[in-house]
Amino acid sequence: MSQTITPAKFDLLSPKREISAKTDENSNNWADFIQETIALTKRLFIQLQRRPSTLIAGIIQPFMWLVLFGALFDNAPNNLFGNDLGYAQFLAPGVIVFTAFSGALNAGLPVMFDREFGFLNRLLVAPLASRFSIVAASTIYIISLAFIQTGVIVGASALLGAGLPGLAGLGAIALIVFLIVLGVTALSLGLAFALPGHIELIAVIFVTNLPLLFASTALAPLSFMAKWLQVIASLNPLTYAIEPIRYLYLNNHWTIKSMVMETPWTSISFTGVILILLAFDAVILFAIQPLLRRRFA
Amino acid sequence: MTIALVIEKLQKSYGTVKAVKNISFQVQTGEIFGILGPNGAGKTTTIRCICTLSQPDAGQIEVGGVSVIDNPRAARRRLGYVAQEVALDKMLTGQELLELQGAIYHIPNKVAKERISELLQLLGLEEYANKKTGTYSGGLRKRLDLAAGLLHQPDVLVLDEPSVGLDIESRFILWDFLRKLKAAGTTVVITSHYLEEIDALADRLAIIDQGEIIATGTPSELKNRVGGDRVTLRIREFSPPDEAEKAKHLLESLPFVEEAIINSAQGNSLNLVVTSQSNPLTQIEQSLAAADLPIFSMAQSRPSLDDVYLAATGRTLMDAELAAAGSRDLKAEQKQAMK
Ligand SMILES: Nc1ncnc2c1ncn2[C@@H]1O[C@H](COP(=O)(O)OP(=O)(O)OP(=O)(O)O)[C@@H](O)[C@H]1O
Ligand SMILES: [Mg+2]
Repeated sequence: MSQTITPAKFDLLSPKREISAKTDENSNNWADFIQETIALTKRLFIQLQRRPSTLIAGIIQPFMWLVLFGALFDNAPNNLFGNDLGYAQFLAPGVIVFTAFSGALNAGLPVMFDREFGFLNRLLVAPLASRFSIVAASTIYIISLAFIQTGVIVGASALLGAGLPGLAGLGAIALIVFLIVLGVTALSLGLAFALPGHIELIAVIFVTNLPLLFASTALAPLSFMAKWLQVIASLNPLTYAIEPIRYLYLNNHWTIKSMVMETPWTSISFTGVILILLAFDAVILFAIQPLLRRRFA
Repeated sequence: MTIALVIEKLQKSYGTVKAVKNISFQVQTGEIFGILGPNGAGKTTTIRCICTLSQPDAGQIEVGGVSVIDNPRAARRRLGYVAQEVALDKMLTGQELLELQGAIYHIPNKVAKERISELLQLLGLEEYANKKTGTYSGGLRKRLDLAAGLLHQPDVLVLDEPSVGLDIESRFILWDFLRKLKAAGTTVVITSHYLEEIDALADRLAIIDQGEIIATGTPSELKNRVGGDRVTLRIREFSPPDEAEKAKHLLESLPFVEEAIINSAQGNSLNLVVTSQSNPLTQIEQSLAAADLPIFSMAQSRPSLDDVYLAATGRTLMDAELAAAGSRDLKAEQKQAMK
């Protein structure tokens, strides 16, 4: 029974890295990226679990939008929003997209607080495969919340008489919500790296959030709007997420070639809308790259 | 002896403030290297450049032969960083925080778990492992931060003023731990404005002041370099300048007095350097009495690192601290530091 065990403690403190961290040669960037993304995501979910108020508020809020806006237009003339279309049905897609958008727009705040408290330095001095893992973790977290919220909104709208899209329709809604969350989360994180502090970030969120809601087709169709607002709404990424979802709600039979959106200039197919949202994401991810790489003064 | 860390002509400004003007030093593998300097000397700025948090304006930094500027990722693998301000996630437990730390250094999960439990044990944190860090005391937070910095077994561990705010006991635990770390072969770079800390711990040190190195060497080299014993003398509690000047001239003429400096920040007290001599105090007393000058207080001591600092800058570290405390805009800095 005589085994020689090298004293673990001595080993523990010595700078021998073969047993632990990877070295420059044997590191696999993708594996590293996945490992750090999982760990950062896990942190966000632990925080959520121990501080569930975000989730609770995140579920109550869209529910209130539905009820309050629904009631606001309760006595609107029949068919105002289209043939056989109740406002509940009209509203649901707007609330789905706006809820996901708001969540994503706020994604930079925790990162900004990490920066202000110095926790972000912990990540910045670590050999991260890419700082995009911070973006990826936030996106996974926000998208999970957005899916829960979307589920609740879809369910509640069904009860309020908006009907329920088919399985493919639900899948398409998930895809669209994902695309809008990805781009906006990345944008918000870019701002968290670029702006001086949380006051400025909150200011930006404040002046973007509601104006983008009102300058989209979330609450009213294009045809209700002044010409200039129609133009803005047709450039607003939210509209590109709302309109196809609205189409899915209204048309049980749709294909990727269906024309799901009208702009003052042209009609756009489902595929077209998806491509535009993809381009929106690509542009933002590309644009924030230098901000993430930037070293802090 | 191999070289673990090279800093070559480092410069860094914040706007018009030249935080680091020109700093060069080398740290040998396996030594504890101290960076001593008063508040605002540029210690943190230097450390931030080493740890890839700040981009130097000019100069080179190499860790184990890897350039921090050209190859930051490889440098980060070799460095452990314990910041001046402990930043933990108060919602996570100590265990969870260390697991996150392990993952961002890409330590395989199983290995990380083992190392975490060993480190927690070594630092006396086991019973707190599953408590949220928000409930930790200052000493516990620092120890957890230390564990985090060491998890990936860095070649060089950099600690920025690790004992600020620690009680005496935690401070001794920390010192003891750093010595163990050194014994195990890890290179340690530590900044401090406590002379005693650097004197007790460091194999070699650099004293920096206003962004420049004013001395490097081992503690005893530096102390020997500034000559014999020190005598601190106060004519009165606050001596008028002319009286201090008069005493200075008088004492300088004594054969065993090598040097006399008037320390205006300390009520014009006199700091004398004396050759090792049987009894300087009696002779000083006699010659002052002969000139009708009183003595408020007088003490003799071996040279300390403070004397090294005093010899180079004409003021003590304590004075420099006090002066710096009055002239800094901490809020503006904090804001800047986040950029
Ligand atoms: N982010 C910043 N923006 C502007 N000035 C700064 C910034 N950081 C440091 N400084 C200035 O640079 C100089 C060096 O600061 P540094 O923090 O490196 O000193 P230090 O030696 O670490 O001091 P301390 O002992 O107080 O931690 C100081 O004059 C300080 O006011
Ligand atoms: Mg400092």
